[in-house]
Amino acid sequence: MALIQISSPHVQRPTKTADIMRLVILATLPGLLAMTFFFGWGTLINVVLASVFALLFEALCTAARKRPVGFFLKDNSALLTGILLALAIPSFAPWWVTLTGVFFAIVIAKQLYGGLGQNPFNPAMVGYALLLISFPVEMTRWTAPFDINGNSWNILSFADTFSIIFGIGASDPSVLLNLDAHTGATPLDTLKHRNGLTTEELWQSSSVLANAGAWYAVSFGYFVGGIFLIYRKIFTWHTPITLLVTLAIVSSIGFAIDPDSFADPFVHLTTGATMLGAFFIATDPVSSATSNRGKIIFAAGIAILVYVIRTWGNYPDAMAFAVMIMNLCAPFIDQYSQPRSYGHKKANTLSSGGK
Amino acid sequence: MTIIIAVSVLLGLAIIFGLVLGFSAIKFHVEGNPIVDQIDSILPQTQCGQCGHPGCRPYAESIAEGEAINKCPPGGQATIEALADLLDVEVLELDGEHDENPIKTIAYIREDECIGCTKCIQACPVDAILGAAKQMHTVITDECTGCDLCVAPCPVDCIDMLPIPTTLNTWKWQAPQPYQTHSKNLIATDKQPAVETLS
Amino acid sequence: MSKVFAFHGGIHPPENKHQSTQSVIAKGPIAKTLYVPLQQHIGVAAKPCVNVGDTVLKGQRIADAQGKFSVPIHAPSSGVVTSIGERSVPHPSGMPGLCISIETDGLDQWIEHSGLADYPTLGKDKLIDYICDRGIAGMGGAGFPTAVKLHLGDDHIVNTLIINAAECEPYITADDLLMRERAEQIISGIGVLQFLLEPSHIIIGIEDNKPQAIRALEIAIQDCKHNIDVVSVPTKYPSGGEKQLIKLLTNIEVPHGGIPADVGIVCQNVGTVYAIHRAVQYGESLISRIVTVTGDGVKKPQNYDTLIGTPFATLLDAAGYIKENTHRLIVGGPMMGYSIQDDQIPVVKTSNCIIASTREEMPEQPPSQACIRCGMCEQVCPVQLLPQQLHWFAKGQEYQKAEQHNLFDCIECGACSYVCPSNIPLVQYYRHAKTTIREEQQEKRKSDLARERFEAKQMREQRAVEEKAAKRKARAEQAAKAQAEKKQQAQEVESTQGVDQQQLLKNTLKEAKLAVAKIEQEITNNSGTEQAETISAQDIKLQKAKAAVEQAKQAIVKSTQATAPIIDIKKLKREAAMANTKLSKAKQALKTAQEKDQPGVEQLAATIETLSKQADEANNAFENAQQENPAEKTTSTAPAAKPKAMDADSKKLKTAAAIARTKLKKAQTALQSAMDNGDDTEQLSQDIKLLEDKLNKAQSAYEQSQNATSSTQTSTASSASETSGDSSHVDIKKLKTAAAIARTKLKKAQSQLDKLTDDESNSDDGAALKAEVATLEQKVEQTQAHYLKHKLAQPADSQSTESDASQRQEDYEKALKLYTKAMTALDKAREQNSPHVEKMTTSIEKLKRKLDDAQAALPDQNTAANSNNDDNNQSQV
Repeated sequence: MALIQISSPHVQRPTKTADIMRLVILATLPGLLAMTFFFGWGTLINVVLASVFALLFEALCTAARKRPVGFFLKDNSALLTGILLALAIPSFAPWWVTLTGVFFAIVIAKQLYGGLGQNPFNPAMVGYALLLISFPVEMTRWTAPFDINGNSWNILSFADTFSIIFGIGASDPSVLLNLDAHTGATPLDTLKHRNGLTTEELWQSSSVLANAGAWYAVSFGYFVGGIFLIYRKIFTWHTPITLLVTLAIVSSIGFAIDPDSFADPFVHLTTGATMLGAFFIATDPVSSATSNRGKIIFAAGIAILVYVIRTWGNYPDAMAFAVMIMNLCAPFIDQYSQPRSYGHKKANTLSSGGK
Repeated sequence: MTIIIAVSVLLGLAIIFGLVLGFSAIKFHVEGNPIVDQIDSILPQTQCGQCGHPGCRPYAESIAEGEAINKCPPGGQATIEALADLLDVEVLELDGEHDENPIKTIAYIREDECIGCTKCIQACPVDAILGAAKQMHTVITDECTGCDLCVAPCPVDCIDMLPIPTTLNTWKWQAPQPYQTHSKNLIATDKQPAVETLS
Repeated sequence: MSKVFAFHGGIHPPENKHQSTQSVIAKGPIAKTLYVPLQQHIGVAAKPCVNVGDTVLKGQRIADAQGKFSVPIHAPSSGVVTSIGERSVPHPSGMPGLCISIETDGLDQWIEHSGLADYPTLGKDKLIDYICDRGIAGMGGAGFPTAVKLHLGDDHIVNTLIINAAECEPYITADDLLMRERAEQIISGIGVLQFLLEPSHIIIGIEDNKPQAIRALEIAIQDCKHNIDVVSVPTKYPSGGEKQLIKLLTNIEVPHGGIPADVGIVCQNVGTVYAIHRAVQYGESLISRIVTVTGDGVKKPQNYDTLIGTPFATLLDAAGYIKENTHRLIVGGPMMGYSIQDDQIPVVKTSNCIIASTREEMPEQPPSQACIRCGMCEQVCPVQLLPQQLHWFAKGQEYQKAEQHNLFDCIECGACSYVCPSNIPLVQYYRHAKTTIREEQQEKRKSDLARERFEAKQMREQRAVEEKAAKRKARAEQAAKAQAEKKQQAQEVESTQGVDQQQLLKNTLKEAKLAVAKIEQEITNNSGTEQAETISAQDIKLQKAKAAVEQAKQAIVKSTQATAPIIDIKKLKREAAMANTKLSKAKQALKTAQEKDQPGVEQLAATIETLSKQADEANNAFENAQQENPAEKTTSTAPAAKPKAMDADSKKLKTAAAIARTKLKKAQTALQSAMDNGDDTEQLSQDIKLLEDKLNKAQSAYEQSQNATSSTQTSTASSASETSGDSSHVDIKKLKTAAAIARTKLKKAQSQLDKLTDDESNSDDGAALKAEVATLEQKVEQTQAHYLKHKLAQPADSQSTESDASQRQEDYEKALKLYTKAMTALDKAREQNSPHVEKMTTSIEKLKRKLDDAQAALPDQNTAANSNNDDNNQSQV
């Protein structure tokens, strides 16, 4: 056998990019199951739909860029983007919303920037933000969790959900007309549009907040998935834990100052996209900061922005915008957060100020 | 009266500022043109004259006066980029009439055939050729810049421009080949930086 | 007991050490031939001190150290030196290096050697020199000359001596086995180091995956008086890196750009310590080392005490090499070792391991994907760099940024590549970037040097010009002074009669000359533009003006002849010189015109001829005047003057020949460029032919004149024959040059022809060119014939005859080459059904005839040489 000549090292750890992506996808399962359990089939259908679209767009783009299609599809990155986007949008979002979002995420935010590893923004969040701005009605059509409709597991049937998403073939046409019957405000919506009530009053009056258990469960699902990923060393603790801790601290300060008009830290941590964002969005390595110190700065920035936008901004939730703003800052954070290398007295900060 | 005061005040101010300016012009006078030195330090110093100037410094001077930066074949694209960076001008392709020779060469005299005419010695801009009239000449390889100015004057064509051989000490790790199957690029970032040729 | 600290990052690759620790260290086989590279250490390569054919004994020095950063090399076994030359050496490039090959005699006979029983009495410096003489260099991997490190005690305070026994690379067990089996000897070696460096504390750093070795060392240090600690560090790659081990054991970081001694630490590999022990105790040089032979490509992985220079194949065979299964051969460990392509590469002082791995064991890396900035590389980097940033910079060739990100702190341990999920060959990027940066720095240095030299040259030239100008000025002043004096004298002597007339005539002459100069100027200017008519018109003007000048001159001559013959001669001389200058000027104009390929050329040439005639006339007049003035010249000098004049004449002819040659060259270049443009090449080639004829004529004229000169000289005086010999000698040299030039030209033309015959479209040009080539060939033959003739005429010693013969041989070879070339061209043409086949065949026949001639000339060389000598004898008589 002919001897080959290549550079060292000659052994490699078997964990590959595709494995990492697969593990992240696996880690979304608890959250996905919780979503499906409490909010119906919509999310599941969306996930499947978005995955198919994502793979399709990825394949088209790689083919157009004359790259080996199979090689790039197998890295699972497009699949993950699709799934994350599907998890972020409301479960009753029509199919074309998903399509538009995935198109933006894969084609505009990722492939046009050069594909995997080159995109400055988190693709899923670009897609989500676009949808949120473009289709405010569809994007706020959050399903009410089942326990509002009684104490039994009572959600819209798979067929009905399917017909809502695709707008056709409903067994009961009234489902489409009475869509609003199945949707409702989220806890963050409720806290945002409080109609002059204090937080405490809201807690007492709002059925959404009183029965927020479904959202807690979903957040717990993501939390479990995230801890699993840290355990598997897919990412370090720096980003998610810093994000959660900072958010808790900031919201505690707000709550301590004026408990009547600010939500408590628990709500901030457990509702909305906090857990999904902390463990699955902000940790996206491509668009986040690099060094450990950088990650801490990056995550803290996201947490503060999330709180600010949630409290004073126009949107009830803010994960997408906060992440994207910090994505913008990531290169600068990288610049100023280089670690101190072995043998150096202090870290490089002014790395490449002037060339 | 007020007019006189105003005029005199203004005049006084003008004189003061004029003095300050004149003083600082002398005090902070900058010797030479440092930009020329900076340009000159970027140029490869082969002194080959392919830019149409007798040596690198004259070219540096005329670049400082606005001549195109793409006339240096020995420096190649890298020099053009460095110059563009320094002068904050657009990166140009290497001037069409000069083609870049990416393989660095140095001159060797076939010493059997040398007739000792000293023409190459006179042509060499960096004094890298040794010899005397009617004596065999030889090139100091360490000093040769590969400008090939000595090739043309040789009446017996005994000077060869040979690529610098790679030794164990000068051997260089090759850059990894990027995984790319097609040369056509749909988007800008697909373009790979030019892979350096292995010398 | 020392505390153990931690360093950042690190990885835990599969160890794969158990395979080769199953059996004890075996004695390696003695290979039939040992290849001992001269460069086995960092620094300057050793210089061979044996010759091919020498018999060497085991341990005999075969190469000397060169300078401080070098160590000598010793024969690993007894035998005969068979060659000293380039062979494959262990280097990632796979390039060859200088090796001494020793054919072993199997006796393995030691040279006489003995240890230093009481080294403390020897003194430190001598002991260090002794260690250096035994060829000891670091055996951990880099091969740093040990003696250099031992001298560190001189200018640094060494607190801690660290013995590096970590051996963190997977697969390698050489140090492990060494410590298990030879712990006492290692401790003895440490004793030597203790004496030399006097550290207060000695730590043996060893990874905790070698419990047996730790036990063996602990037993060995029990009755040791030195302060030695055996510290086990957690198994983590790369804890064996010098800087990492120092951090682990002392929590001190070696500063960037510094060495461990800067922080009071010296590090030595355990294998080196053992080698020091062997050297000091027994006087054995470093000629063997322990090499781990492992991997799935061998049946019985094991450690071998192997002679330096043993080819890896021999070693692998001893371990049961399964060549067909082996996919990669790695020297060193799998993390930092390099793959080799040739299993005949020898073991050197730094080779600690050879891994023969199968494809399954170390599969080829899949193609690398895009970096997803996952940061895993950063987590494992033992130097705490940002590997993915460095990768971006290296990939984007932003080397300056890479440098700012501390690229040069990278130890190339490979941990980042190991964990990279996208299979990016990070280490290769860094290595490439590092070497490129170093190269750039080198180039920068070189260009600075070039600038300095260029500026120095410019200054020198400027100075020379200034000096020349100053000298010229001084000379002119002197001349003016002399002139004034002479004038005064002349005025005193001369009668007033005729002076006015002369003055008048002189003025006319001056005016006429000015007019000529003006016209000439115009011609030169106009020859640039394409106004042939004006040129010819101006030519006529010029000629008229010239005629006027001539008349004036003659008038002056007539008028002055009677009054002042001396002045007259001088004037004539000046005039002759002037005529010459004019001639050369006109020639210059002709050249420019010829370059521009203009119809005015012929007219100009005619002008030049006239001018040269004039010059000749002037010269003749001058000579006549000189001869007619016997009052000035004594009779004895008169005959001497004649050959002088002849000499001058021949010189002129020579210049003419040279000019003709230059013209020919230029015309040829013009032809080539015209050919490229596809212009009327035939006309040009005819021009060239004409020029060539001219050249030939000029040359023959020159030769004739030369002959004439020599003949006159021989006739006038017997002593002159020597001069003649000399001059003909010079002449031959010149002819040789001419021949060389002609040959070069021929070569050029030939290559042009080849190019054209390849290119069918240019067939017409091809024919013209062929004709040209034929002429050139003839010319070459002529020149060579001339050359030979002169050779014959020259008093030749045996050497020149030899060179003559070799010349013929060369001619023959050249002809043969031409012939084969032509044949190939013909074949090609035939293949392409070219219409020139016939022509080519004829030319090839011609070539063949020439070849035959040359061949015929070849066997005759001896007789020719003899006749040569005869001729010479005759001519001398």
